[in-house]
Amino acid sequence: MFGKLTIEALPFYSPIAAGGALVTVGGALLVFLVLTWLKAWKYLWTDWLTSVDHKRIGVMYIVLALIMLLRGFVDAIMMRAQQAMALNSGGYLPPEHFDQIFSSHGTIMIFFMAMPFMTGLINVIVPLQIGTRDVAFPWLNAVSLWLSAAGAALVMVSLVIGKFSTAGWTGYPPYSGIEYNPGVGVDYWIWAILISGVGSTMSGINFIVTILKRRAPGMTLMRMTPFVWTALVASVLMAFAFPAITVACGLLALDRLAGMHFFTNAHGGNMMNYVNLFWIWGHPEVYILILPAFGIFSEVVSTFSRKRLFGYESLVYATAAIGILSFTVWLHHFFTMGSSANVNAFFGVMTMIIAVPTGVKVFNWLLTMYRGRIEFHPSMMWSIGFIVTFVIGGMTGVLLAIPPADFLMHNTTFLVAHFHNMIIPGVLFGYLAGYMYWFPKVFGFAFNRGWGLGAFWCWLVGFYLAFMPLYLLGLKGMPRRMETYNDPTWQPYLQVAAFGAFVVLCGIGCMVMQLYVSLRDRNKTRDLTGDPFDGRTLEWSTSSPPPPYNFAVIPTVGDREAFLEMKEKGIAYQRPAAYEAIRIPSNTPIGVILGAFAFVLGFAVVWHIWWLVLAAGVVMFAAVIVRSSDDDNEFTMSAAEVKAIEDERFRVMGTRP
Amino acid sequence: MTAACDLKRAAVLDPKGPIALAERNLLFDAFYVMMIVIVPIIILTLWFAWRYRASNTKAVYAPTWDSSVKIDALTWLIPAVIVVAVAVLLWRSTHRLDPYRPLESKEPPLDVQVVAQDWKWLFIYPEQGIAVVNQLVFPAGRPVSLRITSDTVMNSFYVPQLAGQIYAMAGMQTRLQMLADQPGTFVGRNSQYSGDGYSKQHFEVQAMTPADFDAWVARVKQGGARLDATSYAALAAKSRANPITYFSTVEPQLFDSIIDKYRHSGHAHSAPVRR
Amino acid sequence: MSVAHMSEHEREEAETHEQRALGFWLYLMGDAVIFALLFATYAIMIPGTAGGPTGKQLFELDNAAIETVLLLVSSMTFGFASLQVKAGNRGAVLAWLAITFLLGTAFVFLEVREFSGMIAQGAGPDRSGFLSAFFTLVGTHGVHVTMGLIWIVILGAQVALKGLTMPVASRLHRLGLFWHFLDIAWVGIFSIVYLPGLL
Repeated sequence: MFGKLTIEALPFYSPIAAGGALVTVGGALLVFLVLTWLKAWKYLWTDWLTSVDHKRIGVMYIVLALIMLLRGFVDAIMMRAQQAMALNSGGYLPPEHFDQIFSSHGTIMIFFMAMPFMTGLINVIVPLQIGTRDVAFPWLNAVSLWLSAAGAALVMVSLVIGKFSTAGWTGYPPYSGIEYNPGVGVDYWIWAILISGVGSTMSGINFIVTILKRRAPGMTLMRMTPFVWTALVASVLMAFAFPAITVACGLLALDRLAGMHFFTNAHGGNMMNYVNLFWIWGHPEVYILILPAFGIFSEVVSTFSRKRLFGYESLVYATAAIGILSFTVWLHHFFTMGSSANVNAFFGVMTMIIAVPTGVKVFNWLLTMYRGRIEFHPSMMWSIGFIVTFVIGGMTGVLLAIPPADFLMHNTTFLVAHFHNMIIPGVLFGYLAGYMYWFPKVFGFAFNRGWGLGAFWCWLVGFYLAFMPLYLLGLKGMPRRMETYNDPTWQPYLQVAAFGAFVVLCGIGCMVMQLYVSLRDRNKTRDLTGDPFDGRTLEWSTSSPPPPYNFAVIPTVGDREAFLEMKEKGIAYQRPAAYEAIRIPSNTPIGVILGAFAFVLGFAVVWHIWWLVLAAGVVMFAAVIVRSSDDDNEFTMSAAEVKAIEDERFRVMGTRP
Repeated sequence: MTAACDLKRAAVLDPKGPIALAERNLLFDAFYVMMIVIVPIIILTLWFAWRYRASNTKAVYAPTWDSSVKIDALTWLIPAVIVVAVAVLLWRSTHRLDPYRPLESKEPPLDVQVVAQDWKWLFIYPEQGIAVVNQLVFPAGRPVSLRITSDTVMNSFYVPQLAGQIYAMAGMQTRLQMLADQPGTFVGRNSQYSGDGYSKQHFEVQAMTPADFDAWVARVKQGGARLDATSYAALAAKSRANPITYFSTVEPQLFDSIIDKYRHSGHAHSAPVRR
Repeated sequence: MSVAHMSEHEREEAETHEQRALGFWLYLMGDAVIFALLFATYAIMIPGTAGGPTGKQLFELDNAAIETVLLLVSSMTFGFASLQVKAGNRGAVLAWLAITFLLGTAFVFLEVREFSGMIAQGAGPDRSGFLSAFFTLVGTHGVHVTMGLIWIVILGAQVALKGLTMPVASRLHRLGLFWHFLDIAWVGIFSIVYLPGLL
């Protein structure tokens, strides 16, 4: 009846694991109670959970990302604390718990923090920047969101029922195979990734079609904002790279569930194939995450330097070049697997070539700041901090791209420091810059700057303190993922790194305070114009928050900096003689239902509850059929309703043009 | 300043053999070449941010200056030149330091076969007919030619001061060469996470004078323990933090049989089976 | 109906269907990546028979050839259905869809028979890496065909109940893309799996 699921699955084996479970369950219960107390369930259901509005879906993605950032960070600080303590001793975590933590940290940060954060920002901003009313497939967009949430929920549930994978975020077989890892942990990992991966593939397709087919009149490809360009290239990578991880994890699942031999040691298996498949997705994934962040930096640096972006064409070509090259470098993740010198050298050189377009981008941001009028908004600070820190990570990346040097540094904490040096300043700083930049647009009130700057400084200083020691430890030959160690000279470095993690914790505290203070003061800081930063692109031309239809009249674009041009010509706030009725996609619960049953399906597969797998599958199939047979899923907002909303907007805007 | 002294002795920065030295020098060369562009970028970023701050109204403000063919060309050329320089370095060094390529030396290399197990390392000396757990001993000045496999999940054989690392995989054989200039004791590790005992899966590497090495071999040979199929099976069982263990005789072809165990039912993989 | 005669609403609907066609095409490209990687995996694993049977010992070219003919003909009959959609001939559309469905079902039947025969001989997917790759590659295609069959039934019902409305016709167009795509994937399977297995 319940497959492999028994009472043994509850985490009473260790007080720390039980504590983690308790916090998870308690947190969920607390949210449930608060929502019930606020009588917010109906509002939440009708206005958010069933919404297909790209802005709300984007916000929900970002909420998911921030929650998972907290979870992933708790993992991080637990690891840092363990390593700071664990000289010649077990520290406070046993190995079988420590390895779950490093596995879930990586999995969460990549798949359930960075991916939803990026997808959320693209969702909110891209339709506004290209001057359209929604993404191409609003319903599919909701399905993508809820599949991502289902994957995240599977990872969270593994804290309470059963264990998570111990095989690291890359899940290399044969260690992740059934022979060496018979528990449910790897299955949780596989199904969380498979389910959310389907969502990411569909998001990619959705954004490609949106950007290619739904741009406002006059917005040629070379008039798209840098963020839209990077979102387009990242989406292409999503649509074509995610199938690779679907194959890798799918075949691993077949090995584990059906006794197949794709990646087993014996019986004709070939684990090297997994490593290739994984990184054929894995390297493009780095650029899926980082390109949109590059786009955000381009927007932010231009806006807060009050200057046109330098070298727009160069940036576009560099973005496209990075996108293409990202598929040709995957082998640099395993130079130490024994490939021939020619193969290693080829992939090493390809990896270096990617540094060229990346370098071009850095120069362009610099030249955009040159002869500008720089305002140190938190988003600008994230950007400056990014450039300075990222080039260090790029440099260590080039070092690791030289195969013989990689033989020395691979799998050490030097490698760990390198990729955190790319992902934290490159990806996370970019998303946080975007989050602080577009917050007033989305919610209609200012985002507190003081706490934002506090968050920036804590993150920046914390980052250096946490990861520079890891570079040095790598030079001292410390492998990654050690639960305990016997070299006393490592400990001081690990203690500094742990201190760095606590400084980052302060940064997260600042982010929480920033939300609280901004919410508290929202009535004093309303953004009535919709254009708080003297913006240059179309998202600033509509109200904050934008109306459900985004633009009452679809704008006509005449320049890369479409809105700045309108302002200069004095036509930015022109009202039409008459408004027209607008068709808007209707809300539907099918997205959230599909997500819920995808979660049930994943959970049931993990625990081998086959009847439930079948039942959940049938429900999902039926839901898709019902929805796809539906011809009428839009409603019409009448011209009078549109006029009423627009009248109100221009009334509060007052005398301002 | 203790940190600086400490770093001078950092394994990667303090190589004790020509391979690790060449790899480290490569690291330094590439590092210096890249500093040519990294340092100016960092300085320019901070300088521009300060110089063109909004409150500094004396600075030139050119809000519409957004392109220049010459500068565009430079932004592509500068990184390209650096990359070409490093790429040449990369191509040559990757071939020169191919871990499959035997070292040039007057002395014939000492063959050692390495087996990764849960969670320890077995070293078999085919010429001497002995085997050792968690200790790799060889004469300084003589090249050591390693054949590496795994009797469990993927491991990575790593001796930072002498040779760098390479993966150990079941049913396959990878190669690594090393040479110690002087007698000394070094640390070797598994750097690829492999389960609960991974953190304690390190081994001692000792380079001795040739005379000491011969004496050591003789001592091991007196031990009496035999490594055959039965004792091998017991040894291969999971164990953590194994003490150094000596076997005075080893069943011939044991190493090949460990690989073939997976290959008879499996197949020869192409790349890493370069012998 | 020319563009000039379209109402605003119809124009929007036409744009929607164009976007859906592009989106679906992108999905197929992603699916093609999956097949490409499964083909690559299969090619890598051909030697991984682990002492078990090889393709040469297992594959029957006759069966695969009949499957090929069934699928190619079904693609043609689907093409006829598409032509009748343009002609607005509801009965003919249903008839051609029914024929396509029968051909597809026969294909799946032959594949299931082949698979169960192999499993009965002890050559199931858990026998060796090679057979894992074979069953997964060919089986993935088979699952796609089965999905296509279910989809034919659903759209057949929509044609019967709703008629050849614009949304229904647009869905039939995408089903057509899917069905022809499966043909291409099968041609790959036939020439990479079955033919070399026998040579």
